[in-house]
Amino acid sequence: MTKLDYLKETPSQTAGPYVHIGLAPGAAGFEIYKQELGRDIAGPNAKGERIRVEGLVIDGTGSPVKDVMIEVWQANAEGRYAHPEGGGPVEEGFRGWGRVITDFRTGEWGFDTIKPGCTPGRNVGLQAPHLNLWLVARGINIGLSTRMYFDDEAEANATDPVLNLIEWQNRRATLIATRSERDGSAVYRFEIRLQGSGETVFFDV
Amino acid sequence: MMKPGEYYQRDRRAHPPARTEIYRTSVARSPNYALISLQNSIGEITGPKFGHGDIDPLDRDLIYNYAQQGESAIGERIILHGRILDENGRPVPNTLLEIWQANASGRYRHRNDTYLGAIDPNFGGCGRTLTDENGYYYFRTIKPGAYPFRNNVNSWRPAHVHFSVFGSAFVQRLISQLYFEGDPLIPQCPIIGTLPDPTVVERLTARLDLNATIPLDTVAYRFDIVLRGRRSTLFENRLEGN
Ligand SMILES: [Fe+3]
Repeated sequence: MTKLDYLKETPSQTAGPYVHIGLAPGAAGFEIYKQELGRDIAGPNAKGERIRVEGLVIDGTGSPVKDVMIEVWQANAEGRYAHPEGGGPVEEGFRGWGRVITDFRTGEWGFDTIKPGCTPGRNVGLQAPHLNLWLVARGINIGLSTRMYFDDEAEANATDPVLNLIEWQNRRATLIATRSERDGSAVYRFEIRLQGSGETVFFDV
Repeated sequence: MMKPGEYYQRDRRAHPPARTEIYRTSVARSPNYALISLQNSIGEITGPKFGHGDIDPLDRDLIYNYAQQGESAIGERIILHGRILDENGRPVPNTLLEIWQANASGRYRHRNDTYLGAIDPNFGGCGRTLTDENGYYYFRTIKPGAYPFRNNVNSWRPAHVHFSVFGSAFVQRLISQLYFEGDPLIPQCPIIGTLPDPTVVERLTARLDLNATIPLDTVAYRFDIVLRGRRSTLFENRLEGN
């Protein structure tokens, strides 16, 4: 029998313990590149509210994971992604993409960006503002995809088609970050639990 | 004109599952619940774009990108080259490919690496490039050394280069590792052992490429990468509102 001539996706392997020198060398204290990628998500011209997002990644034993790399992919305040199929032009310098690594001692991570707008749903309606997150680390065999939503967007969250896809209502809360104020600006706290009680919802995208 | 559709579902049978006891660190870092299937919408079919302004031409040359003036990294000089294609066999042009690796003695320039292999003062261990319009890429580097890691008492990583690639959509995002043809450490490696089908390591193995070797200078290895493909027929599951 002749087989169809599709190729097969290259298999994943863990990013390992030293992912930082490859993808965020400057953040890991190793200056090699003139320009490190992923440090500035929104750029200086981005409209919308400036926010900070912070959190921990917690493993199945309840301990912070101190060697994770997280990438973020998000829309601008008007709900457009910086991509030819992203729904329209974005501000000059807006990339909507960034990467952070956790602090090697504490496991804390954080980045500055702008709060995204609603984006079109797959078929109809709107998706609530959210960040698409992708995590890799030693011990993670294939990158984990999740989303972060905002707790001050309760109305939009209630009709978000992706949150509503999650059959277990109590698990939806694992995707919602908590807002607070620090020095007059918004900080969202978002813990990612890889395993165990309150395990974060991860998606097969 | 017909809009292109969503990306083919990832065939997870060819990827390691989250929990693989053979690789001990995965046990506490693997979700217990099943992943929730999510069909593509605008945030999945889009992804970051990179250009020549983001990187420097020297970034792809690991023999020289961290070396002192007039010096070069120690080790077996190699060219690592190939193409990035999608599952439809189409080249993926202008996409960012980043690599990192140990030096010739198996040591990373990383504060957490305490292996006794010597640090090479002229080797940084990371590089990046963009594929050209045909999906082609190349690096110049040195062949990394094997190194031990704490899994079993006597676990060794075969020579490998870590790589990270984007494609044009965030769902194509992939990080993996390439190995070198003929390495006797491949069958004992617990991380390779996470692959559910042992023959799949063939698709992570760079092949000696004498045709691309520079005589009296640098040996070459060829390695092609395949990212998820995309539907072109859209009778159902239409992506509206994008
Ligand atoms: Fe490694």
